[in-house]
This record gives sequence, structure tokens and C-alpha cells, in this order.
Amino acid sequence: MVNRVVTGAHYGLRDWLVQRVTATVMAIYSLVIVVYLLLQPSFGYDTWAELFSGNVMRTFSLLFLLSLFYHAWIGVRDIVMDYVKPASVRLLIHVLVILALVLYAIWSVQILWGL
Amino acid sequence: MKFRIYRYNPDTDVSPYMQDYDLHMDAGDAMLLDALMLLKQQDDTLGFRKSCREGVCGSDAMNINGRNGLACITSLSSLKQPIEIRPLPGLPVIRDLIVDMAQFFKQYHSIKPYLVNNDPPPETERLQSPKDRLELDGLYECILCGCCSTACPSFWWNPDKFVGPAGLLQAYRFIADTRDQDTAARLDNLEDPYRLFRCHTIMNCVDVCPKELNPTEAIGKIKDMMVKRAV
Repeated sequence: MVNRVVTGAHYGLRDWLVQRVTATVMAIYSLVIVVYLLLQPSFGYDTWAELFSGNVMRTFSLLFLLSLFYHAWIGVRDIVMDYVKPASVRLLIHVLVILALVLYAIWSVQILWGL
Repeated sequence: MKFRIYRYNPDTDVSPYMQDYDLHMDAGDAMLLDALMLLKQQDDTLGFRKSCREGVCGSDAMNINGRNGLACITSLSSLKQPIEIRPLPGLPVIRDLIVDMAQFFKQYHSIKPYLVNNDPPPETERLQSPKDRLELDGLYECILCGCCSTACPSFWWNPDKFVGPAGLLQAYRFIADTRDQDTAARLDNLEDPYRLFRCHTIMNCVDVCPKELNPTEAIGKIKDMMVKRAV
């Protein structure tokens, strides 16, 4: 195979858009958490336990975490694309990052619902 | 006036070095290029490009006190001494302040910088409404000096894959042109994680452009058009 610089993968828009949408989700979640905690008379185990007792907050938190993982995937992938030049090593790192993020997602569900 | 100028002649020098110059002149209304021309009279081995000397041709782009700009429209009195002059960053140096722009123009050519219109040419010109023509303001003025692309960290890192701000500004110049019929293909050509999406809105391009153009805004408009056709 000749060693030529090739571009034209025809993707990128979706990731760019998803990164913006996930950032918005994370910003809203962070704002909700900060406002909720500021409105509490005291911080303690009870405050946290009550906040996460309902399914709404658990689902919202899962949405935040999934947004975080997808956002992180695009960011980390971009860094790897910039710094790791051999395509085989790049692919390997991409696979490892995806596997780690999928495991984190499963772990998040386990933590949030106390399974 | 004191100058520190990057010198490198690949035929005789092992590595680049900075040379100090002292020039007896009054800054007054003079531009940096005037001083460089006088320095060249002192030392004719000093190499730099220049042509129109009025900010139109874009050949005397260089790094002036750490910032890319055109020597011919940078007034001497605005510069802190010693005035440190280096070649445009990120491009191979041919000699002293002269860089090899091949990679820059390769990216420029990759966006097809010409009107694509398959209709038979009319008797006179292809007309545009004044409103449509207004869309090209802030785009067509680019003189391809390379200040923006060589100030862009994404271009430093991937000059072979990322089109760079100058090329993308020109890409949008033809996407925005109502007389052009190649919009879909132009967007296809840029829909790529390297060619367009290496732009992380760092905005060095906007900061240094000697013509005060805004490549970041043009890149944003390309992304907008991609979103519009995708959703």
C-alpha cells in the first residue's frame, strides 16, 4: 500500500453536534444540582439520600452520565487522533476507550439504582 | 531601532539563529517593511518576501513580536523593541523569513477555489442580487497571506489533513455564492473529522487576520449549513 495522506471519512458533523447537545444536558444538570443543594438548609447524608431516592433524579443523573461518557468519547478520540500517528495503535486505543466508557455506563446504572 | 531577526540559510548554517541589528532611523509613520528594506541595504544576505508593500499581495507575512502580520502595514511605532521577527510558524523555512507555502496552497486548492456553474455562460456576467452579493463581503477580501492558518494550532498539528482557516474561509466564500452550483459536493468534501472538524474555535485566526476577516464565523456557517441539510 502506498503511504499517502488520505482524508474524506465523511463523518464528524454528528459528533460535533452531539458534543454540543451533551454539553447542554450536563450544564442543565449541574445547574439543577447546585440550585437544589443551595436551597437545602443543611448538607448531609439525608440530603443526598433523599435527592437520589426518586426515579426521576436517578434517570436524570443517568442521562447526565451518558452525556458525559459520549462527550468524553469524542474529546478523547480527537486527542488520540492528534497525538497517536500509527493507525493500528489509534484503533486499539479507541476500542479500549469505548470499552471503558461502556463499563462506566453499566457501573453508573448499578450505583444509581443500588443493584 | 533594535531588531532581532531569525536567520537560517540551509546551505551554510547548521541550525537557525537570531541576529541582532541596529538601525538608525526615525520610526515616524514608517512601516516595518521600510525598516526591513533599510536593513537589507546594510546586510544583503537577509531574505524576505515582499511585493506590493501596501497590504494587498500578502507576500510579506511574518511573525512580528510573536504575532503574525504583514510587515508592510505594521507601523514601526506600534512595536516594542527589540523588534523580534521570525518566519510564519509551522511552515518549512526556505531561508531566513521565507517559508515554503506549498502545504498552505495545497489545502487552498483542495476546496476548489473557483466558481462551479454548468449553465452555459450568459452574454454578459452571471448576475446576483445586491443582497446575495452582500453575503460575499468579509470573504472575498482574503489575500491568502497565510497569517491565520499559520497561527492555528490545529493547522500546526495537522497541516496535511486540516484545511485551515484560510482555506475554510475560501470554501465558505464559494458555498455562499448564489452563482455556484456545487454546494452539496463542497459540503461533502468538508464533512470530515480532519478537514473541517479539527477547528476547535481557538480563534487565533480572527485575532491575527491583517484584513480583519473572521474565518471562525465562516467555519461556523459551514457547520450550520451541514446541520440544516442533515436534520
